[in-house]
Amino acid sequence: MPEELQIYAPLLPEIILALGAMALLMYGVFRPETESEAETVGWLAILVMIAAAITIVWYGNGTVRLFEGAFVDDAFARFMKLLTLGGGAVALMLSFDDFRNLRIMKFEYPVLVLLSTVGMMLMISAGDLIALYVGLELSSLALYVIAAYRRDSVKASEAGLKYFVLGALSSGMLLYGSSLIYGFAGSTNFQVIANAAKGAEVATNLWLIFGLVFLMVGLAFKVSAVPFHMWTPDVYEGSATPVTTFFATAPKVAAMALLVRVTVGAFPAIAMQWQQIITFIAIASMLLGAFAAIGQTNIKRLMAYSSIANVGFALVGLAANSAEGTQAVLVYMAIYVVMTLGVFACILSMRRADQAVEEIEELAGLARNNLPMAFALMILMFALAGIPPLVGFFGKYFVFMAAVKAGLYPLAVVGVLASVVGAYYYLRIIKVMFFDDSKEKFEPVRFKAGAVIAAAALIMIFGVIWLGPFTDYAMAAAQSFTFVK
Amino acid sequence: MWEQANEIWWSYGWPALIIVGQSVLLMVALLLIIAYLLLMDRKVWAAVQQRRGPNVVGPFGLFQSFADLLKFVLKEPIIPSGADKSVFLLAPVATTVCALAAWAVIPVSADGWGTWVVSDMNVGILYILAISSLGVYGVIMGGWASNSKYPFMGALRSAAQMVSYEVSIGLVIVTVLLCVGSLNMTDIVNAQKTGLGTQMGFTPSALDWYWLVLLPMFVIFIISALAETNRPPFDLPEAESELVAGFMVEYSSTPYLLFMLGEYVAITTMCALTTILFLGGWLPPVDIWPLNAVPGLIWFLAKIVFVFFLFAMAKAIVPRYRYDQLMRLGWKVFLPISLLMVVVVAAVLQFGPKWGVV
Amino acid sequence: MGLEAFFFYIFSIAAVASAILVIIARNPVHAVLFLILAFFNAAGLFVLLGAEFLAMLLVIVYVGAVAVLFLFVVMMLDVDFAELRAGFIKNAGLGAIVGGIVMLELIMVLGFQSYSSQIIGNPAAPAPLVTDNVTNTEALGRILYTKYIFFFQVAGLILLVAMIGAIVLTLRHKEGVRRQSIAVQVARTPETAMEIIKVAPGQSVFPKNEGPAE
Repeated sequence: MPEELQIYAPLLPEIILALGAMALLMYGVFRPETESEAETVGWLAILVMIAAAITIVWYGNGTVRLFEGAFVDDAFARFMKLLTLGGGAVALMLSFDDFRNLRIMKFEYPVLVLLSTVGMMLMISAGDLIALYVGLELSSLALYVIAAYRRDSVKASEAGLKYFVLGALSSGMLLYGSSLIYGFAGSTNFQVIANAAKGAEVATNLWLIFGLVFLMVGLAFKVSAVPFHMWTPDVYEGSATPVTTFFATAPKVAAMALLVRVTVGAFPAIAMQWQQIITFIAIASMLLGAFAAIGQTNIKRLMAYSSIANVGFALVGLAANSAEGTQAVLVYMAIYVVMTLGVFACILSMRRADQAVEEIEELAGLARNNLPMAFALMILMFALAGIPPLVGFFGKYFVFMAAVKAGLYPLAVVGVLASVVGAYYYLRIIKVMFFDDSKEKFEPVRFKAGAVIAAAALIMIFGVIWLGPFTDYAMAAAQSFTFVK
Repeated sequence: MWEQANEIWWSYGWPALIIVGQSVLLMVALLLIIAYLLLMDRKVWAAVQQRRGPNVVGPFGLFQSFADLLKFVLKEPIIPSGADKSVFLLAPVATTVCALAAWAVIPVSADGWGTWVVSDMNVGILYILAISSLGVYGVIMGGWASNSKYPFMGALRSAAQMVSYEVSIGLVIVTVLLCVGSLNMTDIVNAQKTGLGTQMGFTPSALDWYWLVLLPMFVIFIISALAETNRPPFDLPEAESELVAGFMVEYSSTPYLLFMLGEYVAITTMCALTTILFLGGWLPPVDIWPLNAVPGLIWFLAKIVFVFFLFAMAKAIVPRYRYDQLMRLGWKVFLPISLLMVVVVAAVLQFGPKWGVV
Repeated sequence: MGLEAFFFYIFSIAAVASAILVIIARNPVHAVLFLILAFFNAAGLFVLLGAEFLAMLLVIVYVGAVAVLFLFVVMMLDVDFAELRAGFIKNAGLGAIVGGIVMLELIMVLGFQSYSSQIIGNPAAPAPLVTDNVTNTEALGRILYTKYIFFFQVAGLILLVAMIGAIVLTLRHKEGVRRQSIAVQVARTPETAMEIIKVAPGQSVFPKNEGPAE
């Protein structure tokens, strides 16, 4: 690499992804339109993601700010980027078999996933309101398209349209908030905004707070936190299941990272203000996620509400506004991604006569037909419910401990209550699988999905062993920020 | 009081009067020239088909255009009962006004006193692009407001066609601008005073103009200009064999005249643009004595007439394109070539030998 | 009060008036035409600000391209306005309440506005001085391709995604459509196109019991 370009090395993962996406686009366009070519593009896309991950580990060092602070590469960004890439790559791999079934195996999907991932990585590294917005739009626009990717299905088209219209509305709110903040601070740079927000008389500045609120609205929409969650169940149910798998993992991680970066990075001086907002949406998300999921019969809708609740739990860590809290967010999101991938691999395996079935009742008696899958799904459900000694428990434990340490007792209490309610519907699935009358067998689990299920379940059981080093790594990442009380 | 009025007059009134005077002069000259270009169009067409063309009104039919003008103006305008009256009448006016407005920034000559142009603005070429992209509104509005099938289909075709070819025209212009380094029309002409020819040791001549260095772009530009102005062989919007007369079916009398006028002004604008971008504007073909003593305006006019002759010959010789062929040519041939050329030209300017093209 | 102020008022009054007419026009095509007029006046305001490059871009991009497609869609859609209006009246109360609340909040914000002390006289990218002899096209280029190159590139990626998305969601290859391949047509030679057969008197061109291929 030439010397003057050396300083741009932290940008290399994004450049690799973007150029990889364009190269694959060219490859796909000029090759015959067959399913096997599309799968080749898919595997190459995964390879590109792995290459990007390797560069992140290889070149990542300390904190680097590029383009006058618009792009920040620090330990936090690297942690979240690796998580996003991992979630995205596995979700992409799970899509191949299912898309072949649905006859929508085309090369555009991996390309869009790659471009969306670029957007997410830019979100994670955003150090500037414009960078935040362009990253968000890049990832969202690709997501709108892949939500409607199964274009012959009315439900998928509805999902795409709904997501697009609401997403555009939330982007508008976000932009409006950004403009107010820019009007206040005179700069879009997070560090400058953080400096400008210091001082007692500005802490009560309505303009800044209004901007912050609108910004939060836009970001809450992206993480699907209550009260901006309405799109989630419909989009999860309507989109093709592999697309839902992707939706539930990588974008959630990126949006959560962005939320942390904006609140802790740009507004440490008025922490009180955003802590209130985060506390409220955390409580609302946990409760709504827990109670609304009870009545669901479709397992994808159930997972949608589950993801809303999980986002609520993760936000508890953010509300604590401390290094422990951020560490808890990181650990929670990592565990959430693994659990979600496992569960969705199970959902992808629910097939009869080459047709996907999505009702919870269809799982009845799975234990008699396919004990390993039932057992793995049981482990994942226990983990989601937060039963010790599974890793899922520790995610919640860290989050609540951080809240207690920060003195947010009510938040912790509500969180525990919500997870008790949530346990009910996770356990109901286990009951259906083990104690209800057996239904027809599912088709045998495919290799890729089986591997993901097994890996996720094993991590849930044995992950405790590596939990120590992992939390240390997360702590190092969380300390990229300075926390102001 | 008197002094104040005096001051206002000299700072606002007088300049405004000059601008108005220049505009009127330009417009009268332009319309006169167009009257004869129209005649030339018909004569060339006739000659190719071994006819005589208009030859009754005046000597050799020289007053034919004026007779046509009188005929149109004196007829009764008919407005269909189902038409949206205001839009129906606005459409031809919009077409003509937009076409004429483009001439505000076109420099026709330059001498010791400066450039002969109404407004020598910095972004002249962008202004032309902007104004010529408005031409499409007259067509759409006319087609829609007629409340009739053929005009509407003609309007849709025309809008798609004009929007498509604007893309390649824009990219062609970008390549020229890369070589010039300015968006000012006068600068574009002046940049062609030196170039490939002088670099090779000749006196400043036609070899310096951009038609040679950017030959592929020159060809693309001329063809796109034909399509952009709905000239044959791309006159699908008014294809009489399929659409009777396209968006103009319901028009008659003065509104129709305005449409035709707007079309011919737009064609002349494209000729002028070709002249400025690729044929060295008012520069003489070889910078030696009797040629460089001829006024720049004459050269400019001569080049416009030459380009118009090419257009007229294309109309006479080439059969009409089919709609899908037209779209294919625009999007699949011209767009990639001109995009590629933008990259190539930029790369040559940055890394290649410095030929003094800049 | 100079000529500029005069033009400013003309452009802004026309812009506001046409913006209002966009909303209240009964005919959607008229609404779009007023929208175009509003764009024009905005371009005029840009020119008054000395931002002629932005003014031209506004006309080229919005008026010349976006609004044309908009007009296309509006003309071809058969919008039932009575129905829309009914829906509008049904929800008007709720809309008015929400709008009113937002309006109140904004008034509050404006009433209590204050700037951070740092930003006074600290623009992100100062406009070049007139004496520098830099056109504003050049000034924009200098900033766009240096300081904001990162955002510029990402914006390019966003457009790429939009393009791929539009194609993915709408492009369908119809079965059984015969397309013209100009390359194939041009590559035809007499050898590939025709066959010369010597026909004996009283004989058919085609072998016995075999009609012309239909």
